Amino acid sequence: MAEKKLMKGNEALAEGAIRAGCRFFAGYPITPQNEIPEYMSWRLPQVGGAFIQSESEVSAINMVYGAAGTGVRCMTSSSSPGMSLKQEGISYAAGADLPIFIGNVMRGGPGLGNIAGAQGDYWQATRGGGHGDYRCFVMAPNCVSELGNFPTKCYEVAFKYRIPSMVLADGILGQMMEPVEFKYPEVDVKTLKEPEWAMGVNNGRAKRIIKSYDLKEGGVEIMVNERVKRYKAIEENEVAYEEKMIEDAEIVLVAYGISSRVCVAAMKQAREKGLKVGLLRPITLWPFPKARLIELSKRVKNFLVVEMSLGQMVEDVALAINGRANVHLHAKPGASVITADEVCKTMDKVLKKEVKEYAAVK
Amino acid sequence: MQLLNKHPESLLDVKMHYCPGCGHGIIHRIVAEVMDELGIRNRTIGVAPVGCAVFADTYFNCDMIQGPHGRGPAEATGIKRAKPETIVFSYQGDGDLASIGMAEIVHTAIRSENITVIFVNNAIYGMTGGQMAPTTLMGQKATTCVDGRSAKQAGYPIRMCEMLATIDGATYLERTTVHNNAGVLKTKAAIKKAFQNQIDGKGFSMVEVLSMCPTNWGTRLDNPSEATKFVAEGMLPVFPLGVYKDACAADKK
Amino acid sequence: MPKMEVDVDKCKGCYLCIQVCPKKCIEKSDKFSKTGYYPAKDAKEGCCIACLSCVRICPDLAIKVYK
Repeated sequence: MAEKKLMKGNEALAEGAIRAGCRFFAGYPITPQNEIPEYMSWRLPQVGGAFIQSESEVSAINMVYGAAGTGVRCMTSSSSPGMSLKQEGISYAAGADLPIFIGNVMRGGPGLGNIAGAQGDYWQATRGGGHGDYRCFVMAPNCVSELGNFPTKCYEVAFKYRIPSMVLADGILGQMMEPVEFKYPEVDVKTLKEPEWAMGVNNGRAKRIIKSYDLKEGGVEIMVNERVKRYKAIEENEVAYEEKMIEDAEIVLVAYGISSRVCVAAMKQAREKGLKVGLLRPITLWPFPKARLIELSKRVKNFLVVEMSLGQMVEDVALAINGRANVHLHAKPGASVITADEVCKTMDKVLKKEVKEYAAVK
Repeated sequence: MQLLNKHPESLLDVKMHYCPGCGHGIIHRIVAEVMDELGIRNRTIGVAPVGCAVFADTYFNCDMIQGPHGRGPAEATGIKRAKPETIVFSYQGDGDLASIGMAEIVHTAIRSENITVIFVNNAIYGMTGGQMAPTTLMGQKATTCVDGRSAKQAGYPIRMCEMLATIDGATYLERTTVHNNAGVLKTKAAIKKAFQNQIDGKGFSMVEVLSMCPTNWGTRLDNPSEATKFVAEGMLPVFPLGVYKDACAADKK
Repeated sequence: MPKMEVDVDKCKGCYLCIQVCPKKCIEKSDKFSKTGYYPAKDAKEGCCIACLSCVRICPDLAIKVYK
């Protein structure tokens, strides 16, 4: 019988990772995610895990790179400027096919920006961020309960497909307190099978190498193409999204994370006025729910993307819809909070054709 | 007739790519012999750097990981904390350790991480074609200081053993050389001690090995005395050999 | 009588062995190997004292000493 516990978002994420089998964490303090390393520092030793406050975000991702090479479930976390520092390490992990897990609590940017929650790192999270041809599995929770439960799915996908995985949250979700119900049974790490690529005490087996390079002609091409096969499998099997009131919707809001919560309120407000509004909430940002958008765009004529950025996810939405419907954007960068009223006003303007589309129907 | 020198099991019997007269091959062999003699091959994990020794992951006959430039000590930390039953070494050049990886090596020593670091100091950048290193000597020419290193432009060479010796967490620091036989013998003794320290749980050990780079020093590849002379007369006065720290780590919880 | 042999496929002609041999037993070959180096030659017969100095300095593990 799952119990509900009132937790802060950041702490739920940390606890969720531990329940999913995380036994090594390295991280550096940066607002608004400091509760994650703080929680890990006392909680991990309780379960026999190891915690390090590293000297920088750079060394943290590299500690995780090393630990992941031994097959142990590990995690690092940070926020926007710190995530920028980690990009090389993430690229190496992707190139070495290592299942690392990252907690990313976005704040205002670019640069130092501010310390409040924002959604300005969608591109960084889903478009690589680091160099080279690779993908990360990215999940976007919109409540503290999802923060607590998504790590289990992230580790599952990371180890199954040998890909870095990430929970992409923001400072509001990280700081808010809500009841958490941990849906999955706690992982007993002793029952986890050691991956056949993992380094460790080798008892006479052949040596294993964790690396991301191949200098032979065509070597990296082969490595990347093999990875592409796994990426395609992820796109086929692991897409997740949530829909609300979509069946009769004439305008569909598309939003993830905290913005989706605002959109739920806006949707209810608008419905009371007789507007047929629905919501599509991508849960996996990569793989993106392209197929569902394509399907919806055959019937729905207007999509309004709502995000706390200058407009990043809107590109993926427009790409999927590809001219079959109008795509509009309600963008608010710099960690400024979007209100349901604002979204309703924009919806009005959209339906009255008082605003220019982000991408018009062709 | 008996063969006196068997090929070490901890080094694969393959041709290595290093230049003629480069010190890496000597140091690889020493590390491998030590691994054999201590019987740790089956539980050793080595971290290969970025630099000429990037291919160390192919040469050593144990589990190996190759990662980003300078981050070896961080990777080693992650490996050792995740699997404390393993013996972990980080093998690095002077760019990897003393330039881009300066924070990592310092903090790994601060944490007294129970690992072994092999620091190959040849006062120049090899793989990228001979640029200045943090350990390049005053007046020494490199492709990014063609008239020789000057203090105004680039400061002074860094002495890593001396600097790390100020850190309480650094347990054992020694500087040796491989430019002559006596040096090779001392290097092996030092590296053996550095690995034994790890087996005994004593904390952070590093051996800084002065090494030759004939290609980028511009010394003759067919006359090793020019390169060995540069070590003996140029490097030794700036990087004196010896033990810079030898202490058991303080009470470790 | 100790013997010192050079594996000419591995030798890169760096001649560190020649430099360290206390008995001056080693010479350069005047025939180049298939990798284009002029390797060191096997120690002159009867000269080697099996001190292993050459073995210790050879970066390419190209030397075998027998006793």
